[in-house]
Amino acid sequence: MGLRYEHLEAIEKHAAKLGVLIAVMVAIGGLAELTPIFVQAHSVKPAPGVRPYDALRLAGRDVYVREACYQCHSQMIRTLRFEVERYGPYTTVADSVYDRPFQWGSKRTGPDLARIGGKYSDEWHRLHLLRPRDLVPESNMPNYPWLGERELDGRDIQARMRVLRRLGDPYTDAEIEDAPDAVKGRTELDALVAYLQGLGAPPAVPGVEDSR
Amino acid sequence: MVGGNLVREPETYNDYVVRLFLMAAAVWGVVGMSLGVLAAAQLAWPALNFDVSWLTYSRIRSNHTFGVIFAFGGSALMGTCYYVVQRTGHTRLALEKLAHFTLWGWQLACLLAMTTMPFGITQSKEYAEPEWFIDLLIAVVWVSFGVVFFATLARRRIRHIYVANWYYGAFIIAVGLLHVVNNLALPVSLFKSYTIYTGAVDAMVQWWYGHNAVAFFLTAGFLGMMYYFVPRQAEQPLWSYRFSIVNFWALISIYMWAGPHHLLYSALPDWVQSVGMAFSVILLMPSLGSAANGLLTFNGSWHKLRTDPVVKFMVLALVFYAASTIEGSTMAIKSVNSLSHFTDWTIAHVHSGAIGWVAMITIGSLYAMAPRALGRPAMHSMRAMNLHFWLHITGLLLYLTSMWAAGITEGVMWRATNPDGTLAHSFLASLIAIQPYYVIRVAGGMLVLSGMVVMAWNLWHTASDARERLIKPIVVPIPEPEPLQVPAPLPATR
Repeated sequence: MGLRYEHLEAIEKHAAKLGVLIAVMVAIGGLAELTPIFVQAHSVKPAPGVRPYDALRLAGRDVYVREACYQCHSQMIRTLRFEVERYGPYTTVADSVYDRPFQWGSKRTGPDLARIGGKYSDEWHRLHLLRPRDLVPESNMPNYPWLGERELDGRDIQARMRVLRRLGDPYTDAEIEDAPDAVKGRTELDALVAYLQGLGAPPAVPGVEDSR
Repeated sequence: MVGGNLVREPETYNDYVVRLFLMAAAVWGVVGMSLGVLAAAQLAWPALNFDVSWLTYSRIRSNHTFGVIFAFGGSALMGTCYYVVQRTGHTRLALEKLAHFTLWGWQLACLLAMTTMPFGITQSKEYAEPEWFIDLLIAVVWVSFGVVFFATLARRRIRHIYVANWYYGAFIIAVGLLHVVNNLALPVSLFKSYTIYTGAVDAMVQWWYGHNAVAFFLTAGFLGMMYYFVPRQAEQPLWSYRFSIVNFWALISIYMWAGPHHLLYSALPDWVQSVGMAFSVILLMPSLGSAANGLLTFNGSWHKLRTDPVVKFMVLALVFYAASTIEGSTMAIKSVNSLSHFTDWTIAHVHSGAIGWVAMITIGSLYAMAPRALGRPAMHSMRAMNLHFWLHITGLLLYLTSMWAAGITEGVMWRATNPDGTLAHSFLASLIAIQPYYVIRVAGGMLVLSGMVVMAWNLWHTASDARERLIKPIVVPIPEPEPLQVPAPLPATR
C-alpha cells in the first residue's frame, strides 16, 4: 500500500483542495458522455428538403410544450418489437432535430404520440382535446377547453422564429415574413392539431423520409 | 495596550437562519405534498381538473415535483447544511448577510417558480421547469450558498473537515454545474425561451442533469444530513469513517456516468446506453456502502428503535435508501427497463427514494435538530412524532405497493402478444386495469400528507419560545489550540 494517511490529509484538511477535486471528479463522467454526442450531433445534417416547423405547427409545438403534454405522452418509439407493433417504426435521431426541448418523455399515462399524425381526423383531435371523455369514456386526460378560445399572435410567432434562427434553425426571411398571415385568425387548438397531425407523418416532420 | 477590559461577546452559532429554513421546509413540505395528492387524485378522477387551466394535471404535476424537491428538500438541505457546518467546524457562519440573502433568495425563487408554472410559464424540461429569469436567480443564490459554505469551512477551528461537509460540498458544486449547463437558453420574451440544445443532444443533457439532480440533490445532500445526524442520534461514532470516504469518492465519480439509463432503447447511440447501464450497476456498491455505514452506526443503540421516533425515521430512511438503490440499479438493466420504462413502476421507484429515503431522513434530522435550534429540551409532543411515523410509513407502503402493481400490470400488458404476433391488449385496456391502483395511491398520499401536517403542528408548538424571542444563542465551544496535529490514526474499522 503506497497510500498513507499523509496523502489523504492534504485533501481532508484543506477546503479548497477538496472543492477542486470534487469538481474534477464530477466533471469527468459528464464530459466523457456529452462530448462525443455533441460532436456527433453536429455531423448529422437534416435530409435534403427537410424544413423546420412551419409557423402554425411551431405555434402548436409551443402549446404542446406549454401544457407539458410530455408528462403523459412520450414521443419515443423504442427499438422493441411490441413498441413497433403498437406505434409504428421506431424513432430515430432525425425525428427530433428541430425539437427544443426534446419531447421524448419519461412516462406514458397516455399512448406514445411519435407517429400519431394522420391516424385520426382533424375533427377527432379537436373534439378529443376539448373533451376527451366524449370520445373515450374511460380516458383520464384533462379537458383543454381554453385552447379553442385563444387566438394566435402573429408577431409573437415571428419573434419565436427569429430566436430559433439565431439558434441555428434555417428559417428563411420569407417564412418569417409570412408567419402572421399563416396564423391569422387561427386558434391554439388549430395550431396544436396541425402539430399533432404532422408528428411522424412524412414529410412534414424533418428527417422521416429515410429508408422506412 | 490599555486595560484588560476588552469585553468580548462569546461567539455564538447563527441558528436564526437555520430556524427560518426549518420553518420554510415544513411549510413547503405541506404545500408540495398537497399538490402531489391533488395530482394523484386528478389521475384517478379527471373531473378534479375542473376545466381550469392553472389547476390542470399537466401544470400541477411539475409544481408538485418542484415543490417537494427544491422548495421542501432544498430548504431542509440548506438549513441543515448551515447547522452542520457550524457544529462540525466549531465556528459561527461566515458572511451572515449573504447567508440571509440565500434564505430569502431561495424562498423567492421557489415562490416565483411555483406561481409561474401553473400559468404555462415553463421550459418543460423535467425537474428544470422554471423559465430563464428564475433560473438566473437560482444560479445567483446557489453561488452565494457555495460562498457562504466554503467561507465557513475556511474559518473552522477543527482542522479535519468532517465527512458530512464533503457531501454538502459535492452537492453544492455539482448542482451548480448541472443547473447552469442544462438551463442554457435564449429568451424570446420574459416568459418564453428556447433551449440551445435540440433533440438527442437535449435529451442527453437533460438526463445528465435529471439523473444527477437525483444524485447530488436527493442523494449526496441528504447523505450529508445522514452522516451528521445519524451518529448524533444513535450516540455512537460512525461505524467506519474510512468506509464513508471510500464511498464518497466512488459515489460522486460514478453517479455522473449513469444518466443514459433514462434513455434505454431510445434513439440515443447504443454505446452511451451501454455505458450508462454498466455504471448504474456499479453504482450499487457505493450506495449500499453508505446505507450500510449508516445502519451499522446504530450498533449498540438498536434499543432506541423501540423508544425514539427519530431513530425510527432514520433507520427506515436508510433501509429505503438501500432498497430503492437496489431497485434503481435493477431497472437500469436494459431487459428490465424494457418492461419498467414509461410505466408507473418508475413512479413507485422515485417515491420509494423520495418518500422513503429523502423525506424520512429529512424528517428525522428536522426532529433531531429542531429542539436544539429552537432552544427547547425536546420536541413539543413525542406522541405526535410517533403518530407521524406511522402515518408516513403506512402511506408510503400503500403508495409503493399500488404503483408497483400498476407499473408491472402496464409493462406486462403493453408487451403481451397473441400467438400470431399481434398485440393482446389495447393501450386503453391497461389504463382501465390500473384505475383501482390510482385510487389506492391517493389514499397513501393523503396519509403521508397528514403526517406532514402533524409535523408542522408539532414544530409550531416547539417554536413557541423562539417566536417570543426567549431563547439564547448557543455559544460556540472553542477547542484548545493544537499546535500541530500529529496525524491522527483513522478510527480502526471494526
